[in-house]
Amino acid sequence: MGKTLFEKIWDAHVVAQSDDGQALLYIDRMLIHDLHYRRFDALRESGRKVRRPDLLFATPDHSTPTDITRIDQIEDPEMRSTVAGLERNAREFGVTHFPLSDPRHGIVHVVGPEQGITLPGIVHVCGDSHTSTHGALGCISFGIGASEVEHVLVTQTLWQQKPRTMRLNVDGQLGPQVGGKDVIIALIRKISAAGGAGYAIEYAGSAMQAMSMEGRMTVCNMTIEAGARFGIVAPDEETFRYVKGRPYAPSGDKWNTALARWRELPSDPDARFDREVSLDVSRLGPMVTWGNSPEEAVQIDEPIPNPADIDDPDRRAGLSAALEYMDLKAGQMLADVSVDKVFVGACTNSRIEDLRAAAAVAKGRKAQVPTLIVPGSGLVKAQAEAEGLDRIFEEAGMLWRQPGCSMCVAMNGDMLSPGERSASTSNRNFRGRQGPQSRTHLLSPAMAAAASVTGRFADVRELTLANLDQS
Amino acid sequence: MDAFTLHTGIAVPLDIPNCDTDQIIPARFLRKPVDDPQYPRFFLADLRFDTDGSEKDFILNEAPFRNASVIVADRNWGCGSSRENAVTAMLKNNVAVVIAPSFGDIHYNNCVKRGLLPVRLSAEECAELRDYLKRNPGTQLTADLDDQVVSGAGNLSYRFEISSSDKQRLLTGLDDVDLTLRYQGDIEAFEKRRETEFDWLS
Ligand code: SF4
Repeated sequence: MGKTLFEKIWDAHVVAQSDDGQALLYIDRMLIHDLHYRRFDALRESGRKVRRPDLLFATPDHSTPTDITRIDQIEDPEMRSTVAGLERNAREFGVTHFPLSDPRHGIVHVVGPEQGITLPGIVHVCGDSHTSTHGALGCISFGIGASEVEHVLVTQTLWQQKPRTMRLNVDGQLGPQVGGKDVIIALIRKISAAGGAGYAIEYAGSAMQAMSMEGRMTVCNMTIEAGARFGIVAPDEETFRYVKGRPYAPSGDKWNTALARWRELPSDPDARFDREVSLDVSRLGPMVTWGNSPEEAVQIDEPIPNPADIDDPDRRAGLSAALEYMDLKAGQMLADVSVDKVFVGACTNSRIEDLRAAAAVAKGRKAQVPTLIVPGSGLVKAQAEAEGLDRIFEEAGMLWRQPGCSMCVAMNGDMLSPGERSASTSNRNFRGRQGPQSRTHLLSPAMAAAASVTGRFADVRELTLANLDQS
Repeated sequence: MDAFTLHTGIAVPLDIPNCDTDQIIPARFLRKPVDDPQYPRFFLADLRFDTDGSEKDFILNEAPFRNASVIVADRNWGCGSSRENAVTAMLKNNVAVVIAPSFGDIHYNNCVKRGLLPVRLSAEECAELRDYLKRNPGTQLTADLDDQVVSGAGNLSYRFEISSSDKQRLLTGLDDVDLTLRYQGDIEAFEKRRETEFDWLS
């Protein structure tokens, strides 16, 4: 029987197998962000050594305010010492580091692919659940906890139970203004926020093949929102085009060797998956979440569900609680709901294609509510500026910021006030995620920009878009 | 980490499906050092406390449940962020066992790595237990890892499944890194192989 893409990479990385069925996996590369700087302190205390500093890459993101460019400008002492702590430890332990002052710094999940750190066929980890993002390049990439980060630092390996495999077949041609974000929210709604638990998900089908790398990364990013740690897409010409020439990607002869290996990676035709799910996306419209779990989502032209229609009493109660927290009514149309703040950014949607999509809506229009545009890395920022996107945003009255996690997570200064409602391109609409009593609605960058210029949730398909090439 | 064999303690029912790790410990506390004396208050902070620090009307603030060390939760407990601080916050509140129909995959691993026992029971069994605890506040539940049994709620007693590797890890309380360092030879051999098999990566 053939092997799946996931199994091929897995099998090539098994260092040892324990009697009870766990595999000791070799970790080709690990990314480290600021919240884990204390792991190095722990090593210093225990006297343990970092085994392969050459396979480790660090950059600050969670604790970097987006209105400063230097560490000494960070007012909050906790944030400052966290960002400085990573820099100090990376230097001491010989880890490649893109500090705040380096244009290559940014959100780990933007920086990894951008630098060619994450590559097809490798096993990659990071102490962050959205590490699933990198699977878009055709690698095994998953989020781990702090103890596991330490384990990798010392041994460059991890004990893992092989997950079951699920293939999500996404077929059909996506309509205008519908993309990766809408696809993944629709998929989560279909299989539920826990539907992927215990699985590695391979995203396949014609819609995935036609999707850009940015779109695939958005899809893989929110794999964890479906409960699965691993999301993966078979590497193809689009992948190779994206990877080629990146600083930490192979070049010269090594590139050709790599390419030959990578072409063997896709799942064999007779490979078996433990579960298969299909979704036809040809009629899919822009998705917006209304509740406190990413599975609680509607298409912009659908009403918010009514708890009275739900049979399961637990689910009914959960739905009612979410409606109350979000201050919404059963059957309400989101198009009638106004927003207080708009956020375009986060590891879900802060790449160049995302910023272009938002700019196409913003051009020639005015933001009706405070709007934050935060590029995912210094390099994305530079490219956007070279394309003039920053001017479009600023002329629309939007704030153009420095890279970082920003308002995705209320721990760096960018956040909502209690009771405020956001239209946000991030990936979590959990209670309090964007600040105590914050109300988050997840949507695509184009839809976020539409919310900004109308002050409510608007169907971006009803707005005429600017042609950025003429800007 | 401490070895886990058996634990008995007051159990609290938490009727919160999809209780994500952002709820278990909000992000603003993630930079706090583990020895912060306020750490116990970070656990479920926004559910337990108002912005002024006063206690909210929440089950963990009620008399017998304040001292709970066993949580009986709802589906998808600990989904979301990989933050291991969520386990730290529970341990700081002396929570030793969490029982739920399902867990976030990363959180489940984090619990095991830190010596906190995650117990998977069916949704019906969890609902039955939560219901019992509400009718009999202050009930002590016992989780016996050796026998893989949860008991103490009247006649109710449930067997649970756990992988043998996770079970061993909890029972011995051995540090994973020390364990892995016994495989030093395998790691070196793999790295040698990797130099040729993954030559394009070096
Ligand atoms: S942008 Fe948000 S989800 Fe992504 S790594 Fe940062 S905090 Fe996590």
